[in-house]
Amino acid sequence: MDLDELGLDQAWALSPSVALRPEPFGALAYHFGNRKLIFLKRPELVAVVRGLGAVGGDGSVRSALVAAGVPEAGWPAYLAALEGLAASDMIARVA
Amino acid sequence: MKLVEHFESGLDAPICLTWELTYACNLECAHCLSSSGRRDPRELTTEQCEAVIDELQRMQVFYVNIGGGEPTIRPDFWHLLEYAVDHQVGVKFSTNGVRITPERAAFLASPACGGYVDVQISLDGATAEVNDYVRGPGSYDTAITALRNLRDAGFTDAKISVVCTRQNIGQLDEFQALADEYGATLRLTRLRPSGRGADVWDELHPLPEQQRELYDWLRGWGEGVLTGDSFFHLAGFGESLPGLNLCGAGRVVCLIDPVGDVYACPFAIHDNFLAGNLLTGGGFQQVWQHSPLFEDLRSPQTGGACTQCAHYDACRGGCMAAKFFTGLPLDGPDPECVQGYGEAALAGSRTIPAGSQDHSKAAPTRNQPVMLKLMTRPPVSDCAESPLAGWTP
Repeated sequence: MDLDELGLDQAWALSPSVALRPEPFGALAYHFGNRKLIFLKRPELVAVVRGLGAVGGDGSVRSALVAAGVPEAGWPAYLAALEGLAASDMIARVA
Repeated sequence: MKLVEHFESGLDAPICLTWELTYACNLECAHCLSSSGRRDPRELTTEQCEAVIDELQRMQVFYVNIGGGEPTIRPDFWHLLEYAVDHQVGVKFSTNGVRITPERAAFLASPACGGYVDVQISLDGATAEVNDYVRGPGSYDTAITALRNLRDAGFTDAKISVVCTRQNIGQLDEFQALADEYGATLRLTRLRPSGRGADVWDELHPLPEQQRELYDWLRGWGEGVLTGDSFFHLAGFGESLPGLNLCGAGRVVCLIDPVGDVYACPFAIHDNFLAGNLLTGGGFQQVWQHSPLFEDLRSPQTGGACTQCAHYDACRGGCMAAKFFTGLPLDGPDPECVQGYGEAALAGSRTIPAGSQDHSKAAPTRNQPVMLKLMTRPPVSDCAESPLAGWTP
């Protein structure tokens, strides 16, 4: 699969209505607007999600994945997880 | 480790926290699970409540389910509501609607609440006849007026909160029609034999065929109806319903009562499930994370006789509170086990535990429901007209 087609350079940001709470398995994400509660079941995914809005970063998925130390082979799975979060409005593309 | 195992071993903070703000209530519902009525003089003060909210904010408890008693009759209720919202603790509160005036409805719809507030109006019958039988005369009209006020003020998506009983399970479609009329979402929960519910459970709890009817109805509506995950015992019918499908008591769920006592779950207000008090136990976080009771509930539980059942993985043995308050062993079947093991257990010898608190009103008021029953004892004889017939001093 061509990773470029997955939009690795797209910038994303955590919705301002979402709070992340650390838990032993990863984190809970709660959206105060639509009341959705999502379990982020891997600490690495939490790191990626937090990395999206990291100060100094460009907000792109690629830099968040690199910063979180996710090996390239795992990127498609993480992108799918991010799409899932986007479907619940937890994260959104930055225009 | 699977996610469900993380839940069973407990989280750093509850996902679902219920906070009964007061035992005072204008109503005297027959099945009140907190035996509410009178205010407790030890009730937390406004400042103590604010300190609780501060701590919930620190622990990132995203929202709190406020109930009672009737929480809105606390004079500082609206202040505490705003205080919580201002501290990133969303509020879902349950009310019988008595204080949801057009002005309060407008406040709830206003930016002051920032969309962080959910309102649950309790209604236990889709008609006044069915509702008022258990909630008391006039309570249907009060609830409908509140729903109308909310709708007219532009408050969207109120919840109609229904405790499912033998008398209202046949009204599920009518409840849905009411929800549609008021732009609301239906929230169905299970009748528990807790508090005064113990006194009426035999009469009100759904019959086995009604449980099936409820299960099929819930399956049909999917995520379009809220359940507070309260029907996981129905998973024994086959497919699980949406939700966590496990007993969350002391693991992901707990209750703070009006005097600051912390119990394992909202349906278990009893000394056996009291984890501590947040005024004397070092605060809520300390109680939640370190109380011996909660640590015990988070340790591996034995399913007892239920582990032999093919459906144990689905229903996990059902509801701890339902078992306890019907006098059944906690490692046996739920009294409403859909495989029928509950009925057999109920028929055996059991002792219903005495309640450990009762804030019911000492003398009934005009709001008390009158659960009239047909006389089951035959008269002494057809022509014995004396009111003292059959009575020997």
